[in-house]
Amino acid sequence: MAIKKFMYINRKAPYGTIYALESLEVVLVGAAFDQDVSLAFIGDGVYELTKGQDTKAIGQKNFSPVYSALGDYDVNKIYVEKESLEERGLTLDDLQHLVWEDEDEDYAEKDSIRLVSRAELADVLDEQDIVLSF
Amino acid sequence: MPIEVNGKSFETDEEGYLANLNEWEPDIATAMAAAEDCDLTDEHWDIINFLREYYEEYQIAPAVRVLTKAVGKRLGKEKGNSKYLYELFPYGPGKQACKYAGLPKPTGCV
Repeated sequence: MAIKKFMYINRKAPYGTIYALESLEVVLVGAAFDQDVSLAFIGDGVYELTKGQDTKAIGQKNFSPVYSALGDYDVNKIYVEKESLEERGLTLDDLQHLVWEDEDEDYAEKDSIRLVSRAELADVLDEQDIVLSF
Repeated sequence: MPIEVNGKSFETDEEGYLANLNEWEPDIATAMAAAEDCDLTDEHWDIINFLREYYEEYQIAPAVRVLTKAVGKRLGKEKGNSKYLYELFPYGPGKQACKYAGLPKPTGCV
């Protein structure tokens, strides 16, 4: 099977709609097929990666720990749009520290999140074969 | 169909997965395994315990590929392959071991 470049764009806040969770499920299923997978978080989608989420009051499962499993699934290209963070008064420190382990380098931990500008992200999107928006 | 263990009844879904993760106790795994003619050894328990820890941390049951890789890292390269895992869990390491561990079926597993 030819390897294609898949990009999943996440643009919604984590709770309130099903988009964020559905995207994550599709990513995990898709990752089983050895494709070249990237994720982008733009707009309110950046809230999906924030740390310290607590969903008790809304009676929903807090699925944010799942993002830290993405590295295990070889999903390690996670683009976060700089402008979207800034517009919401957030910085990288407000987000989970997502890493993946490089088996070829004795399981060295490497950062998965790449902070990119809107213009840089446009270039990344341009390189993709398939773009799915959530 | 509920499963009876130590005089208590535990709810399961139509495929035999435990309905409530928090109700799990080791005897449930033993009973589920016995129903499938499987005697749980220390090697089985290593995997079952690993799966429970993984779920606790990440809130998902890992795919087989992820399980294989993680087992290789934690329990040694010679165990981090699908042959070893399938010998322990012939119905599929993801499906069968997750069931014994009281976890839901792995995402992406049909």
